[in-house]
Amino acid sequence: MKEKHIAKKGEIVKVSGPLVVAKEMSGSKMYDVVRVGNPGLIGEIIEMKGELAAIQVYEDTAGIGPKEPVVPTYKPLSVELGPGLIEAIFDGIQRPLSVIAKETGAFIERGINVASLNREKKWDFNPLKKQGDKVEEGDVLGTVRETPLLIHKIMVPFGVSGTIANIEKGTFTIEQPIAVIKNDKGEKIEIKMYHTWPVRKPRPYKQKLAPNEVLSTGQRVIDTFFPIAKGGTACVPGPFGSGKTVIQHQLAKWADAEVIVYIGCGERGNEMTDVLIEFPELKDPRTGKPLMQRTTLIANTSNMPVAAREASVYTGITIGEYFRDMGYSVAVMADSTSRWAEAMREISGRMEEMPGEEGYPAYLSTRIAEFYERAGKVICLGSEKRKGTLSVIGAVSPPGGDLSDPVVQATLRVVKVFWSLEDKLAFKRHFPAISWLNSYSLYKESLEKSIAKAISHQYVEDSKFAMRLLQEEAELEEIVRLVGIDALSPNERLIMEGARSIREDFLHQNAFHEIDTFTSLEKQSIMLSIVLHYYKRAVEALKKGVELNKLIDMPIREKIARLKFIEEDKDLSSIHSVKKEIDAAFDSLEQEEK
Amino acid sequence: MKEIIDYQTIKSVSGPLILVEGVKGVKYEELVEIILQNNETRRGKVLEINEDKALVQVFEGTSGIDPEKTKVRFLARGIKLGVGPDMLGRVFTGLGIPRDGYPDIVAEKYVDINGLPINPYSRNYPNEFIQTGISAIDGLNTLVRGQKLPIFSGSGLPHNKLAAQIARQAKVLGKEESFAVVFGTMGLTFEESEYFIQNFEETGALEKTVLFLNLADDPAIERIATPRVALTAAEYLAFEKDMHVLVILTDMTNYCEALREISAARKEIPGRRGYPGYLYTDLSTIYERSGRIKGKKGSITLIPILSMPEDDKTHPIPDLTGYITEGQIILSRILHKKNVSPPIDVLPSLSRLKDKGIGKGKTREDHADLFNQLFAAYARGKEAQELAVILGDAALTDIDKLYVKFAENFEERYISQDNYEDRDIEGTLDLGWELLTILPIQEMKRVREAYLKKYYLPLKKEK
Repeated sequence: MKEKHIAKKGEIVKVSGPLVVAKEMSGSKMYDVVRVGNPGLIGEIIEMKGELAAIQVYEDTAGIGPKEPVVPTYKPLSVELGPGLIEAIFDGIQRPLSVIAKETGAFIERGINVASLNREKKWDFNPLKKQGDKVEEGDVLGTVRETPLLIHKIMVPFGVSGTIANIEKGTFTIEQPIAVIKNDKGEKIEIKMYHTWPVRKPRPYKQKLAPNEVLSTGQRVIDTFFPIAKGGTACVPGPFGSGKTVIQHQLAKWADAEVIVYIGCGERGNEMTDVLIEFPELKDPRTGKPLMQRTTLIANTSNMPVAAREASVYTGITIGEYFRDMGYSVAVMADSTSRWAEAMREISGRMEEMPGEEGYPAYLSTRIAEFYERAGKVICLGSEKRKGTLSVIGAVSPPGGDLSDPVVQATLRVVKVFWSLEDKLAFKRHFPAISWLNSYSLYKESLEKSIAKAISHQYVEDSKFAMRLLQEEAELEEIVRLVGIDALSPNERLIMEGARSIREDFLHQNAFHEIDTFTSLEKQSIMLSIVLHYYKRAVEALKKGVELNKLIDMPIREKIARLKFIEEDKDLSSIHSVKKEIDAAFDSLEQEEK
Repeated sequence: MKEIIDYQTIKSVSGPLILVEGVKGVKYEELVEIILQNNETRRGKVLEINEDKALVQVFEGTSGIDPEKTKVRFLARGIKLGVGPDMLGRVFTGLGIPRDGYPDIVAEKYVDINGLPINPYSRNYPNEFIQTGISAIDGLNTLVRGQKLPIFSGSGLPHNKLAAQIARQAKVLGKEESFAVVFGTMGLTFEESEYFIQNFEETGALEKTVLFLNLADDPAIERIATPRVALTAAEYLAFEKDMHVLVILTDMTNYCEALREISAARKEIPGRRGYPGYLYTDLSTIYERSGRIKGKKGSITLIPILSMPEDDKTHPIPDLTGYITEGQIILSRILHKKNVSPPIDVLPSLSRLKDKGIGKGKTREDHADLFNQLFAAYARGKEAQELAVILGDAALTDIDKLYVKFAENFEERYISQDNYEDRDIEGTLDLGWELLTILPIQEMKRVREAYLKKYYLPLKKEK
């Protein structure tokens, strides 16, 4: 323990891209953070061999060479958790990009040392406990209204319990103590509004529960056919141009979560800028407040140092867990986990490790599984037994859209929902380009109850019916491709028409249309029932002898096609009336026939 | 300042790499001068440094290096490019040395060619419509200022013609601003680069152009530096001289091959098709240098051209490029053979930033709905065409026949246009509506009613 306090400097022996090897590093531990070279670049130890340490450096290593010092910090890579996380944009190791921009301008320079959370800003702390109260780890001491959308709960840190010796009320910076807790040994512990947590260590909870509530996303194909649960995991693999990022953005915008952590991991800079510009302007459909007020952004774009990309997903999920611990439902989007895996591959290659599949390290699937396993629905620490959920949605970018890619395969082994993006659909501009034939959700059954309760049992049935129709269409399409549409019976032609209507009038959703971008579960259920109503009436009418072409050419179908553009808050009754109009149209058709 | 020492301790030469021993104070990515026995000087950079052993990549190649007689000098700095306003109108090598016979430029300053990553917080979102005068781009895959939009092509396809047309015609409507073209070639043939130079000369754009030429017979390893040199010049012109810079880099496939050569020489574990595992990261440090920055007037719009080996879009080079860039313009051999020119395959082509660059006040209110409808209709027409090939026209329904007719007209009149035809955006949009009148109104599912009334119905009635 003694050497812990003497910062004994190591010395660089080798530099190869983001990997630096240093000697005389005994005393440091795996995953300790070190300062590398004369500029003091931030790095993390990823291998120890005797007194040699392999270090991945989170900043560009150009200009670094042997004999330069390596200063240990003896601490693992950690994030700061406290007020100031929301509405912020951080890089992969939680340095605020807005502050960096102020310090070094539009381009990110190296060796910048800035605090993650604002030290000067004062927050209004509202105590919920009083002097003499007994508290345990995870108990809420008080609250801070961080944004109009979010109340930040200040909790007793992990490993602390006892009686409150003192608790303050008023405005404080995060550095000022807001409470003092006296533990069993009689030690007094000062509590500040923030604490640090090592990113690679999952935050503790009391108990994990099976996810059973739906996380509605406002995206019709997802909610109706492949829903994700609060606390669930999902992945979105697809080739470029199939709309992964748009889906991730849509979920970040419209998912029914209280906190969103969006990790831009090795992706485009302009996409993060888009979020930064757009989110403050978009209103949450449930509260009417700007969506940015519940969002934290982690941006480690593709041109930023590769090792920090590796850290960014951990930084993001740790922040997500912290808000989960407050009892919130949190959704973490990681775009894209392939870039994270590639960062692992690059570092592993430079360490000359024995490669597994496609050059990825052999521990790839373990790391991916560990990451997704941090999602879940839990009973949080603390005596009130709050329930919090953390959902994780990861985009995967397989080369050439090939799903046999090791990252996709490793991900599919752990996640429960698979939204398969197809470029064929994207070329037809059918968006979201989620394939209804290949995707799946293993939550579908367990969520049925909660969906039936929230909306209606009919909606659940309709969803199954519609899926069957789509499956039949796929089979019929095969026949059409071989022998032409004439080979189909009128009944089968009608199935094709019904399925087409589901595809075009229901599943197709325009993310850039001001109304179509979000559909509540209720509107979804009505839309689907109307689309199916047309089909069911048409089947009947066909039996009664109405000609197929007349059914296909019914003008009312244009109205069905426009259901998606009906504004929600105006009134849903105008949607209901379409059903009556359909009935009337069919009645008159059948009348003619008689 | 460290003392500059000449080392004569080359331990081994292998491919483009040399290993120098017994060095002191050498840094990663440091610039190196290699002085051959005949006093020829070459340049290189440090790829790896392990204790006193430095692995150096030689840009001009290692042929003729005698390990015993060659001297190596470490210059204690990275590779820098001298930049200044004089650059405009000049021709340089792929490493930024004048090749037009004129003296060196008066450099305002020297900048590291690797650049620094743009802080995403400081970026400004690209949303200014660039009119290229080409319908298939303006109407369907709109280019905006600050975008990176590659052209995926194949050998024998007219990508150079298309790139030259874009460079010639690109403008932002209603604005007179200073612009420049930075043109970087990697392994291009003399003929091809002459084509561009002549084109720039004809239109008088040459004095607004900076050329960095690495031709097919220039050293391959130099190509690693060329795009970075070109972008360093572009960053200077855009962010310090307030110019709107269009950067054309061609051919990125040659760049990637040079990268693969080095990776192989280093005996790294290869990724797909022998390309290094870090190809994505490497390409992104090039492509991501385009964009706009808050508070700066200028911008960098980047059009890299790459030829897809065997027209295969899933080849690692186009694949990884597509993951970084904001869309892609794909040229199709089939369309080229059908005499559609430019042969832009609009269905798999995409501009990710178009949504922010079009609409009211930018192009026209109906633009978004219109292109959605055109895409959907063309896709269905193509599908019907395929069906007709297998089963004959008789197998098509009446509506499918109309779609086929639409697709044919669309290729012939909308996508096709003369290399010197500069169609304005109004013309492009109106043409789109006109073609849609081939189809009945029930099929206009992607269009708002108001626009149907305003743009579609009047044309339909005329018919």
